[in-house]
Amino acid sequence: MIPEIGQFSLVLALCLALVQATLPLAGAATGRADWMALARPAAAGQFVFIVIAFATLEYAFLNDDFSVLFVAQHSNSALPGFYKFTAAWGGHEGSMLFWITVLAIWTLAVAAGSRSQPEEFASRVLGVLGIVSAGIIAFALFTSNPFIRLAPTPADGNDLNPLLQDPGMIFHPPTLYVGYVGMAVPFAFAVAALLTGRLDKNWAKWTRPWTVGAWIFLTCGITLGSWWSYYELGWGGWWFWDPVENSSFMPWLLATALLHSLAVTERRGIFKSWTVLLAIAAFSLSLLGTFLTRSGVLVSVHAFAADPTRGLFILGLLAAYSGVPLLLYAFRAKSLEAEGGFKLVSREAFLLANNILLVIAAVTVLFGTLAPLIVDALGYGKISVGPPYFDVMFLLPMLPLAVLLGVGMHSIWRTMSGASLLQRLVWPAGIAAALGVTLPLIFYGHASLLTSVASVVGLWVCAAALLDPLRKWVLREGAPLTRAQIGMCLAHFGVGVFILGATYVSAYTVETEISARPGEHFQVGGYDFLLRGVKPVDTANFSGEEGEFEVRKNGRLVTVLASQQRVYKVQQTPTTEAAIDSRIGRDVFVALSKPVGDNAWAARIQVKPLIRFLWLGPLLMALGGVFAILDRRYRLAMRESTVPSRSAAATGST
Amino acid sequence: MWRYLIPLAIFLIVGAFLYRGLRLHPNEVPSALIGKQMPEFALPTLSDAEAKVGSRDIAGKIALVNVWATWCIECRHEHGFLITLSKSGMPIYGLNLKDDRPAALGWLATLGNPYVASAFDEDGTVALDWGVTAAPETFLIGRDGKVLYKHISPLTAQVWQRDFLPLIQAQCRESEAGCPRLTALAAR
Amino acid sequence: MRRFVAIFAAVLLTTALHAADDASFDDPALAQRYWGLIREIRCPLCMNESIADSGAPVAADLRREVHRLLVEGKSDDDIKDFMSSRYGDFILYRPRVTPLTYALWGGPFVLLVVGSLVFWRILRARRDQPLGEDEPT
Repeated sequence: MIPEIGQFSLVLALCLALVQATLPLAGAATGRADWMALARPAAAGQFVFIVIAFATLEYAFLNDDFSVLFVAQHSNSALPGFYKFTAAWGGHEGSMLFWITVLAIWTLAVAAGSRSQPEEFASRVLGVLGIVSAGIIAFALFTSNPFIRLAPTPADGNDLNPLLQDPGMIFHPPTLYVGYVGMAVPFAFAVAALLTGRLDKNWAKWTRPWTVGAWIFLTCGITLGSWWSYYELGWGGWWFWDPVENSSFMPWLLATALLHSLAVTERRGIFKSWTVLLAIAAFSLSLLGTFLTRSGVLVSVHAFAADPTRGLFILGLLAAYSGVPLLLYAFRAKSLEAEGGFKLVSREAFLLANNILLVIAAVTVLFGTLAPLIVDALGYGKISVGPPYFDVMFLLPMLPLAVLLGVGMHSIWRTMSGASLLQRLVWPAGIAAALGVTLPLIFYGHASLLTSVASVVGLWVCAAALLDPLRKWVLREGAPLTRAQIGMCLAHFGVGVFILGATYVSAYTVETEISARPGEHFQVGGYDFLLRGVKPVDTANFSGEEGEFEVRKNGRLVTVLASQQRVYKVQQTPTTEAAIDSRIGRDVFVALSKPVGDNAWAARIQVKPLIRFLWLGPLLMALGGVFAILDRRYRLAMRESTVPSRSAAATGST
Repeated sequence: MWRYLIPLAIFLIVGAFLYRGLRLHPNEVPSALIGKQMPEFALPTLSDAEAKVGSRDIAGKIALVNVWATWCIECRHEHGFLITLSKSGMPIYGLNLKDDRPAALGWLATLGNPYVASAFDEDGTVALDWGVTAAPETFLIGRDGKVLYKHISPLTAQVWQRDFLPLIQAQCRESEAGCPRLTALAAR
Repeated sequence: MRRFVAIFAAVLLTTALHAADDASFDDPALAQRYWGLIREIRCPLCMNESIADSGAPVAADLRREVHRLLVEGKSDDDIKDFMSSRYGDFILYRPRVTPLTYALWGGPFVLLVVGSLVFWRILRARRDQPLGEDEPT
């Protein structure tokens, strides 16, 4: 009964989405205020019914309703309570419903926050969001319905994939979805602007906070995913350039470019076609990610069950949501061009380079991800493109970008003296170069050229980002920093932290596989390990063996790490649970492997320096974004928007 | 104006590849050995550790090499068809992969033995030479010793008709030397 | 990122009586090559994992082969050829540089060149335009 309510709600939501998708846009084109006024109520109604639908699915999970096929496939009565909740997005159908729910939340937020915008424009934005929503809901209802019943009802379910039975499951998918579904908002703003035929600084001012908001979640989502796979998958890796990982990373790269491009459009009224194109492309790549993850076109551990029929539907959506806006862009972009000069040494020039380099990075990742598909489609067989390719090729645009980042953030608009810019940066550059080269040599005794270069670049970005805060707060020079400026420094500092983490963990990780009997010692990476013993473990949904390792440094006990080899009872899948001791300076990583006879066990041990920086950096980036959104000028705008503005309805330009 | 069409053009090209990609099977990796001579090997037979069987015995006629093991659950699904196939005249050589000799012999005794001989690959090195990833896998070897085809997962009548027979018939059209004299099964 | 294992003779010596067959080497340089190679070889059965990361039996067998070939003194290229002649180029995560993959390996460089040209073209146009007045935010 309850699942049927969910299904019915979803159908109603589709109807409202269709209303939202058609009438407001028609109203904007013809000037009919009553049609335009339907946008917000339709969005609100859609939200209500989608939430009801999702709630019924959760109800089915939490009550072990195995008559619902999706619940039977992804849950089990022995599954702990909160995993029953998270299992709702543990499979394709449920995660699509989750996608829809997240989009509904964003749409409602946009509807609520759009009061300061001219009605014609706001109804176009909501109309576009309605089109997106309608398409995705139709996709779910016709190809991926989570409410399908199973008869006869099985006694129990198949259990959630053991890899997903982990706290990371609670945070990573939701955060990630909020992020890349959120890219639909700047997309809608961009398409609305193309439809209106007008795009000005106000448009950039409205679009930017939404973009930063979605970007913050996307940054956190990707970071959580990396951290989760590190401790959950049992082999100590943090990024594999897997097609599904790339699917979330490419929108991130373009979203980063977008929020920087918006800064130029907001300030100078130029780079409009760049900004519009980036907004369309970022969401297109989000959809591409949805396609790649669910169509079976590329092979991935993260992929949902492959179904070419679904793939075809999503490809159709992609054609509609990317192809049509790009066609519109081709016709309207020229009319967006505006005058605005700048010289070589200027903030605009640096941000132009930023746009170009980030686009190159995204295209490089896209090309590498699709290369096996292209080669196969052309009939040349099967190849693989993996980390050895991406690790190197990605640096090609990104190292120059990191160098320019440090310089560019100190540039000013329109024009400035190149000499004065370099003069300002001599000290941070010098310190970065000196420390970057000597620190690895001091701590590790050797450094490859790439390691030295990357180490210098990482420190350079950190130093350049800290320059203004240090000057203002320590030396008490100059005007106080606005929140936006603090955000920028914080975010860029985070980039430097990340670069340092990636450099040191890649160059100086100590990794080995040992085998030992209980009571035996071995040394790895400056630590002394003692295998205390291996004992059996048994819980409600898994059983296995646990190996306890004492970790000492210079004789002192650092910690005791217990790593498990588990076999989950229902699916009979073996998984490794690694044990990690985390400090800011290094992780000690122990993964119990297999028995090697004669009472001995094999284990993989790693000592990974500065690995926490990999996730601390992006968190700082996200925090920087939060500061940026909280800047005074947006809070003023929010205050303004609560008072209905008649003048805003007339035109949208300054 | 033309440069503004570039993004659309890129999208259409990528889209075309994605569409094509829906019909491909990225998981099905064809064997790297197709068209090459089968890897040379000589292993003790399953039944008699003193006797040897290897590529030299297989060469000279069209034959199947079937990778199997008692730990392979899916192998049971194709076993019946393999017996039918061998009875209809097709020579099948077995490659017993990382198995336990008594268990394997017991399996053949209970379920029937479709193999001319089974090679006992205890540590799996020969299987690696053949590019085997798991069991069951079946190779079609031409009379010149070249690998004609490889099928992963249980061999069924449908797969036999669709993939193996046409290749056998193509070889046998020119001359009958080395060709199996297949009875009723082939005609079906 | 590429993993280079930093090995110091005093630091990495295992004092255990048995070292796991897969990864025991007398020569630390071989161990370093081993960890690099097993990350570059794809598990032929798995859903996009290297043989270093996969728990599949075939992955363990292939790791053993890499170990054997290293001890026999084969070069990295020899070992990769060994793998690809049996499993196809599919098994190599670093695509071979062949006419087929020129676009893949050369692409990013070409993009940088194109990007620079785009940058200069836009800059040249903007340099001649009026700078305009500075407005308060």
